[in-house]
Amino acid sequence: MKFRFGLRDLMTEALAGIAARPSRLLLTTLGTVVGVAALVSTVGLGQTASGQISERFDQMAATRVVVEPDEMEGRDGSIQATRLPWDAPDRVGRLAGVASAGIYAQVDIERARVRGLPIHDPRGTIDHDIPVVAASAGLVDAVNGVIGTGRFFDRGHDERGDDVVVLGRYAAERLGITRIEAMPTVFIGDRPYTVIGILDRTSARTDLLDAVILPMGTAITRYGLEAPDALEVRTVLGAAQLIGQQAALAIAPNNPSLLSVTAPPAPSSLRADVSTDVNAVFLALGGLALLVGGLGIANITLLSVMERVAEIGLRRSVGATRRHIAGQFVAESVMIGFLGGLIGAAIGVFVTIGVAVVQDWTPLLDERLAAAAPLLGALIGLVAGTYPAWRASTIEPITALRSG
Amino acid sequence: MTTTDPDHGASQPVVEMIGIQRSFPGPPEVEAVRDVNLRIMDGEYLSIVGPSGSGKSTLLHLLGLLDRPTAGTYRLDGVDVRSLSERRRSMLRGERIGFVFQAFHLLPYRTVLENVALSMLYRPISRRDRIDRARATLERVGLSHRLNFEPTTLSGGERQRVAIARALAAQPTLLLADEPTGNLDSGNADTVLDVFDKLHAEGLTLAVITHDVDVSYRADRRVRIADGTLTEQWDDVPTPEAAT
Repeated sequence: MKFRFGLRDLMTEALAGIAARPSRLLLTTLGTVVGVAALVSTVGLGQTASGQISERFDQMAATRVVVEPDEMEGRDGSIQATRLPWDAPDRVGRLAGVASAGIYAQVDIERARVRGLPIHDPRGTIDHDIPVVAASAGLVDAVNGVIGTGRFFDRGHDERGDDVVVLGRYAAERLGITRIEAMPTVFIGDRPYTVIGILDRTSARTDLLDAVILPMGTAITRYGLEAPDALEVRTVLGAAQLIGQQAALAIAPNNPSLLSVTAPPAPSSLRADVSTDVNAVFLALGGLALLVGGLGIANITLLSVMERVAEIGLRRSVGATRRHIAGQFVAESVMIGFLGGLIGAAIGVFVTIGVAVVQDWTPLLDERLAAAAPLLGALIGLVAGTYPAWRASTIEPITALRSG
Repeated sequence: MTTTDPDHGASQPVVEMIGIQRSFPGPPEVEAVRDVNLRIMDGEYLSIVGPSGSGKSTLLHLLGLLDRPTAGTYRLDGVDVRSLSERRRSMLRGERIGFVFQAFHLLPYRTVLENVALSMLYRPISRRDRIDRARATLERVGLSHRLNFEPTTLSGGERQRVAIARALAAQPTLLLADEPTGNLDSGNADTVLDVFDKLHAEGLTLAVITHDVDVSYRADRRVRIADGTLTEQWDDVPTPEAAT
């Protein structure tokens, strides 16, 4: 059997009811719009600000994400392992919020020694026990490295496998190299490498300062490097948690669980401390605006019921029950509330983005909030519409039809 | 013409009122309708005449299930409506009765077609069927060229014909008209009454409530209500107020 007056009919009638007076509709939604916009932008700005505030405490820690290969015990008891792909920096580089990324690996040079001179000293006094590592071009930027003199190698060196090195500051001191204008050479075993720069400092992976740094491509061709040890990612402020969630999937879509990702914890403790006072004021204002908005909807819907007494009578005369009448008015006020919530959420999101752009911040907003805001508006409409709808349902068709 | 048309009288009456009484609690208590006995047979065209304040509106509301009698029995299509719940009464009203009001009661901002389809909204009829039937009914009252107009742009006679189409589209067993020509000039009133004649000829049962004697003479049976009491008018001579 077909249903009488189904949901679609209800929606059609309610829509026609509210669309009959567009200007009034806009005024009615105003309170909800203001309230929801205030709530969304307050929460959005709070989240955005707390993302920026961590900058002052420890910018590096808040933006560093490290990905390393990991092992996992498979279902059959075997150990599953994975490797970081060589193009991992490119893979994460596509994610929004990544500022730079580079790979790092320790190089096994076997029994070879690092020397500043091409001389075999039988006593070994000029041999140094200096570690050799390999890096991709992007690594220095990813760890906030600063080159003291010269330059870091680029993709070209990397791809060609050029015999160049960058020295960490302490490694350079031990090798007695302070200037690079004369293109000094260091020897790993018997093989000469041209020094093109000296790394002065980094804020992460400080072992680079003690090491001789080879381009990744050179380490592969000369020493048979099999896979990178780690991927260093520097994110824009506030994006570290997000990138932490996404990085493994971006790098190894087939088995992301085999990668271990280290990301800073969410700065929830910071968020709690900072600007709670401001938030409380704005949230209170938003709540007040919502209350006023709800009362506005109730008021206008009640007025609308009084104006449409004849329509109610007519609907009753063609077979509408009290429930049908009440349902229509509730549906109308729910739609008004939903519409107000929708517009308010959009305004709130734009305010958040606008302020973030002006302040040069990264806008942050929980998307669930933006989705929930129209539903909050609909809920307000539901509550506000209940009394007018009940009033409408009690109108006797006789009185309704006599008027007019 | 007779009170019971033999062609239709074989079936049961559409309306059967026995000892109907409706009083409004006071003070002072008002007896708007007292001891009304009325039968309307299938296919009959009845007019109920009376001056204002005579109780004819109350009678219309009772006939249309918009009001409940304080005493008496009312059977509509053989269904005793006294025991029905409010919900069942609403549904029965939507199924069996078509209303035509003096003030038309068309919804502004909705097209003529939508206004007519509205009468089937609360019944188990699909949306497509509602629109199709509304279109067909508007054709019957000669308004096919006005389907997508808004009622405010129509003349009074056209509006009342839309209202008639709305009442007819739900295929009621009884059409109740309350002063259908009250807001119309004589030209427009005639077109509306012509539509009634045509519908009567097609076999529809009509009850027209009016204070206008000329309108009442278009019906084939007239009853008069005064001070809440109903009397049959037996004279077939079209002279006003046969007060013998």
